[in-house]
Formats: sequence, structure tokens, C-alpha cells
Amino acid sequence: MLQDQKYRSTLSGTLYSKLGIHVERCYQCGKCSAGCPAASAMDLKPSIILRMLQVENERYDREVLQSYTIWLCLSCHTCSTRCPMEIDIPRVMDVLRSESLRQNLIHPRAKDIVAFHVSFLNTIKRFGRLWEVGMIVEYKIRTRHFFQDVLLAPVLFLKGKLTVVPHKCVSIKQLFTWKKQESSL
Amino acid sequence: MARIGVFVCHCGENIAATVDCEKVAKACAQLPGVAYSIDYKYMCSDPGQNLIREAIKEKNLTGVVVAACSPRMHEPTFRRACAEAGLNPYLCEMANIREHCSWVHPKSEETTLKAIDIVKTIIAKVRKNQPLYPIKVPVTKTALVIGGGIAGIQAALDIANAGHRVILVEKEPSIGGHMAQLSETFPTLDCSQCILTPRMVEVAQHPSITLYTYAEVESLTGFIGNFVARIRKKAKSIDEKLCTGCGECVNACPIKKIPSEFNMGLGTRPAIYIPFPQAVPNKPVIDRSRCTYFRTGKCRFCESKCPTKAIRFDQNDEVINVQVGAVVVATGFTVLESTFFPEYGYGQYKDVVTGLQFERILSASGPTLGEVRRPSDGAIPKKVVFITCAGSRDPAKGIEYCSKICCMYTAKHAMLYKHKVHDGQAYVFYMDIRATGKGYDEFVRRAIEEDHVKYIRGRVSRVYERNGKIVVCGADTLLGAEPVEIEADMVVLATAGVANPGAEELAQALHISYDRHRFFTEAHPKLRPVETNTAGIFLAGACQSPKDIPESVGQASATASKVVALFSRDELTREPIVAVVNRCAPPLYSTCVGCFMCQTACPYSAIEREELRTRDGTLVKTVARVNPGLCQGCGTCVAFCRSKSIDLQGYSNEQMYAEVVELFAE
Repeated sequence: MLQDQKYRSTLSGTLYSKLGIHVERCYQCGKCSAGCPAASAMDLKPSIILRMLQVENERYDREVLQSYTIWLCLSCHTCSTRCPMEIDIPRVMDVLRSESLRQNLIHPRAKDIVAFHVSFLNTIKRFGRLWEVGMIVEYKIRTRHFFQDVLLAPVLFLKGKLTVVPHKCVSIKQLFTWKKQESSL
Repeated sequence: MARIGVFVCHCGENIAATVDCEKVAKACAQLPGVAYSIDYKYMCSDPGQNLIREAIKEKNLTGVVVAACSPRMHEPTFRRACAEAGLNPYLCEMANIREHCSWVHPKSEETTLKAIDIVKTIIAKVRKNQPLYPIKVPVTKTALVIGGGIAGIQAALDIANAGHRVILVEKEPSIGGHMAQLSETFPTLDCSQCILTPRMVEVAQHPSITLYTYAEVESLTGFIGNFVARIRKKAKSIDEKLCTGCGECVNACPIKKIPSEFNMGLGTRPAIYIPFPQAVPNKPVIDRSRCTYFRTGKCRFCESKCPTKAIRFDQNDEVINVQVGAVVVATGFTVLESTFFPEYGYGQYKDVVTGLQFERILSASGPTLGEVRRPSDGAIPKKVVFITCAGSRDPAKGIEYCSKICCMYTAKHAMLYKHKVHDGQAYVFYMDIRATGKGYDEFVRRAIEEDHVKYIRGRVSRVYERNGKIVVCGADTLLGAEPVEIEADMVVLATAGVANPGAEELAQALHISYDRHRFFTEAHPKLRPVETNTAGIFLAGACQSPKDIPESVGQASATASKVVALFSRDELTREPIVAVVNRCAPPLYSTCVGCFMCQTACPYSAIEREELRTRDGTLVKTVARVNPGLCQGCGTCVAFCRSKSIDLQGYSNEQMYAEVVELFAE
């Protein structure tokens, strides 16, 4: 029985094959939505996302990938610690985000959030660790919010939080071997 | 002259907080006939009871009034105390100054006065009390079990195994009931027939069980321990002693297209038939309404093929009277037909079936031999929609109760369907999932998680046909009531469990009560769940309300224990609170004029005709007589009697008048 689900072309099939998570387990108690700190800003509450995934049709799958919710999720794990059916919702959200990116179905209001994610990951890829200045510059170029929060910069600089020269990790290649392994799958 | 003792109880603070008990006792001491009067903190306690016992002995009392709580609470306690002191217990009465006075009034002079008035009326009654003696009735140690489903089978076996005789009456040609129709059972998915048929055989072979199939109970008279049941054994048109159950007659019958009751109309049977292969007894009956011979006078094919010449066309119904001591009613239930639902096509779509029909489709002994094939064209359905609460919890349809078993059997159906049709998809529309038994919720979760049954919360609004598909329109209320439309190949309605068509008539024949849904009513929903209001008649299984197998079996065993407890004694003692028709000296003999109005009024059929004769046998007159075994002491006959010839012992007219007169005497 579990075999066939692996090959289902729906999002819940993808979730099962990537994470081994059964969205069918959700019995819609709503505890995740009740406890989620970001729920008030979400367009679809986490429990609704799971219900939509359970239905397994293209329309709902698309709506889920186009939702703002998946980008608002802070991965704070409040939901998964409380879930009576032990569904790891933040990991579900992670897969949904990567699917959304892959299919280019990103919610319009989430463009900035995606820009931040990309800038962050790019500095990591380049230096093996976070370089704030590089990330901020890239983020501002991507979003064109050149003057947003700019007054914070001097304070951060005086406290030594912004370094002009990046610290480089010794073996970045090693750090990213997992990445290559995953893409070869 | 009466010597009455009055015992006023404080009931802690319950009475004493608002009533001046000492004053009540003193006031009562002044009344005529009162020889002793005292108050005490807890009359029901051991020292309190001793007070009564000693007073009876010392003061030589002829009556006792305990002014305390409701007689429902402690009347037996105080009557027992009186009996221990040598006083007839029925000379002891209770004056209720708690529920009727102290609890409902504030502390005041008037409350105390009311308490005194209450005690005064009871004292007036006790002055008129006569000693009464418990009635003893013998017990016939044979039980009648009506209905041969799983509940009836279990009750019959339990009673028989305790060493008593049982008469099991089943109206169908075979015992087994609905359980024999089921494919597999939740939550373990074991084969229903495999666990049932050994029990059926055990019933047939048990030396203490007399089995009457194709028979019905027509009436029941008598009372606990001494019922007489009239059973009509419908003519099977075969000689059961000669018949070997070879089935040649069944094959010979030219009429083959009769919808099979056992297969819920999905299969066919001949006019002479055995309902199903494992039937007990495994002998055919002729359905006379369908048989060509009985309709036209020609045919007799079966007779010519019968190797043992067992066919009896001239057989008549046989009516027998049996004496039984207790009755277990286990007549079961039925399910609503799909024709009940206008919005689901009034039964016009062949592929909209009921849950019980789907059981037959799934069953290995069913019309499709266990393959899931839809009734219309025999195709394997790839999308099946199950609709729960079809009729149940629907006040507009007159059924506001939950049928209880549908959530579980629908999960089972969906699961079994997925086990048989791997590429099929099952949908279940539900309102709530009520899976409250042991292992039940786990079972439903298994259907959802392992067998990927799609559960959709919402009620289906409409079912209609479009291009050979059955379109089911509903809404997913978990997604903001988003409309859902499913093009299904087959629809299964979990239709409501309802009372049997003949339930009302049977209840009237047995003198037991039933509710507005025609389910039989238990004596108390919590504390007497298997007894009826009629002593000696018990309920088991789904005739009381829809139940699953474990519950029915549990209840059946409970009734059996009640019956066995009843049979453990050789005679029963009853309260002597019964009506009596007076007798007086000749030439009157009785003031009864023999109008028998009382007979028409009595709800328990307790009034008999008695012929009064002189010593030489000449008839003087016919008067009414109350059978003390049957009388429940309701007093209806007393109110009806035109000549005031009937009195209720313990509550006679004289006693009642004395109470009322005392209240207004000043």
C-alpha cells in the first residue's frame, strides 16, 4: 500500500517520497493553526494547507504552492512539537517552498522573502559562513529596497557586527558535498 | 384503639434546618391513637432504627410513622426494622417531610406547621392500615427468546448452558439474523459467518434449546415466572423429519427470479428455498405467496424431484401455547432502503446501494461471490462514494438519533473495497467519525492512512446520473465548504438503522413499551438497561437501539444472567400492593356487579372472570377477580369501578379518604 504512494504525482506523493511524511495522518484538529505565531498573517492556515494536500488534486496543489503561508512559516517548530499526530509541518513547508521555487509559483508578496533566502544562501555558498555586508548588498540589489533600514548600519558597524572583509571557511567544497549528493539523486 | 409510634427524623440538617422537628414530635404526641412520639438526628442510622425496634416492643405499637425522606429512599429500611421487631411491615408508613417540605420551603413557623400536617395525614392513614403479606408466585424455568440473530443466539446459549430450557423463535426460515449477511466484521476484519455459524449449529444441537424457525410469537399472557406464549409455526410445506436438505427441490423449482431477502434483493431465489448455504436448519421452505402451485394449483415440480417425499402442500400453520417463566426480546433492527432518499435518487439508480447491500456484494457467499461488481452492469467500480448519516441525525427525516454502527462499517466497507480493487478510489462523506469502541478509532485511521480512503467532511446534497456516471455533489467543510463533485461508479448509503416493521405490534402483544422510533424501551436507561417495564421481559440487541455485534452479545449475556437469576428461585415474592375485589356475606357475596369495566381498563390484563357458586354448584353470579401475579398496583381499575368494589391493598379508598379528611379536619 505504501509503495503506490511513492509514485503518486501529487504534492503529497512528493512529500512522502522526500520526507516519508503522510499528510493523511492529519485529522484536522487545528492545533497547529491555533498555536502558530505567524498564523494571523497567513493567507492559508497550516491545517488548511494539510487538508488541501490531502485532497490531492492539481488545483489545490497549485494553490498551496502559490500561497503566502509557505514563505511566512518561521520554522519555529511550535506546530510540530504540539501536533498529536507527530507531523513535521516545518519540513513539509520546506519541501513546499522548494517545489514552489522549482515550478516558479512564488506568491508575489513573497518575492522579498525569496530574495533574502537566495542572498543568504549565496554568501554561504561563497564563503562557507555568513558575511552580513555581502548578503545585505545582494539583498538590496535584488529587492531594490536601497534605503530600507539603512540607518541601522552605522550602529551595527560600530558594534563590530558588520565586517568589511569576509571570513572564509577553509573547506567550502567539503561543506557542500551533501548538496551535490542530493542533486545527483 | 390504635397505638401508633411517630419517629421524626432531622436528617442531619436536611430537615432540621427549616423544620422544628422537636415541635413536630410534640404536636403529634397529642393526636388520637399516637402512643409514642420522638425525634432523632438520623432515623435511618443503626441507633435510629433501634429506637423504632425498642419502641415497638416496649410500647406495644400497632403502627409506625417515620417522618423523614421519600419512601423511595428508606421505606424498605424502616419496614425491615419493623418486621424485625415483630410488626407487620405494611403497618409502617413514611411521611415525606424532606422532599415535600424542608427542602422546598424556607425556615419558618409555617414550614413546621406543614410538616405537622403531612405527618398527621399519614397517621390518619396508618390508623386504617391492615397487615399485608407478600405474594408468592411459582416460576416456570423455561425461557422464551424471540429472535434468532446474534443477540438471541447468545442469550439462548447462555441460558441453556446454565441448565435451563430455552425456546428460541425465529420468524425467518433460518437463524443467524443480520450477522449472517455481513462479509467481515470491524475492527478485526474477521469473517462474520465463520464466527457465527458455529454458534448457530450449537443452538440447533443443544439439548436444552427448542428451535422454532419460520415462526412468530402472536401473543403473550401471564406474568413474571408464569407467561403463556402463543406461537404460530408457519407452514414450511415440508416434512422436516423426512427432509435431508439435499436441495433437489430448490434446483427443480421453475420460479427462479424472486429477489432474495438474504441478499437484500441483489440476488434471486426460487419459491422453495434455503436462505443461505450455512442456514440452520438447513432445510427449505416454500414461499407460498410466490409458489406456482399455491397460486395456480399446478406445478408440484419440487414434489416430483424430492427423493424422500418430504414436500407437504397440505401442511397448515400450527399454533402452539408454551409456558415460560421469562422472555428475552431480541428481534433486531433493519436499515432504511435507498428508496427513502429523494435527493439520492429514490432508489432509481441501481448503483446506489445501502450498506447492507454492499455487505452482500463484498461477501464471498453474496451475489457476486465476493467480487466487487456494481449491480447495474456488473462492472468493477473504480470510484466508490460512501455516504454516512444517510437518514441518521436528520430530524427533517424524522430520525434525529445516531445509528451508531455506520461510521465503523463504512470504514470497513471502504477498506475492504480497497483490498479488493487496488486501483480503485474510495471516498467517504461524513459529518463526524464516531469510533468509540476498543480498537475502533485505530481502525478508521488505518482506512485513512494505510488504505488512502479519502474522508471528506460534509453532507452530500444530491446524487444524480450524468453520462453513465453517478455524480455526487457535496462540500468540504474543512476547506470553507468548497463544493466537491465526484463522478462515481457506485454509491453506498450508510442508511439509518431503524426498528423492524412489526416492532409496534410485537410490543403491544408483549405489553412492553416502545419509543417514538418504535425501538423497545428499557426500564432505566442507565441502571436497568436490559429490563423492560414489564417484569420478566428483557431486551437484547438492536431491537432496543442500533448496536454493533460486541454490544449486542454483551447485552444478550446480561439478559441471560437476569433470566438465570430469576430461575434460581423456585418461587417469587412480590409486594402485596395489588387490587382486590371485595367479598362479603351471602346473599350478596360481593358488591361487584360484573360489568367488567375494570377488565377493559387494566393495562396488564390482570382482571379475570370468577364464577361464584353455592356449595351445591349453582351459579350465583360472575364477578371480577384480580390476578395478584399480574397486577402491578396501578389502581386504574379502582378508579373505573362503578360499584366501588375494587380496592388497592395498602392504598385503599378508606385510607386515602382518611388522609384527605385529616388534612381538612379542624
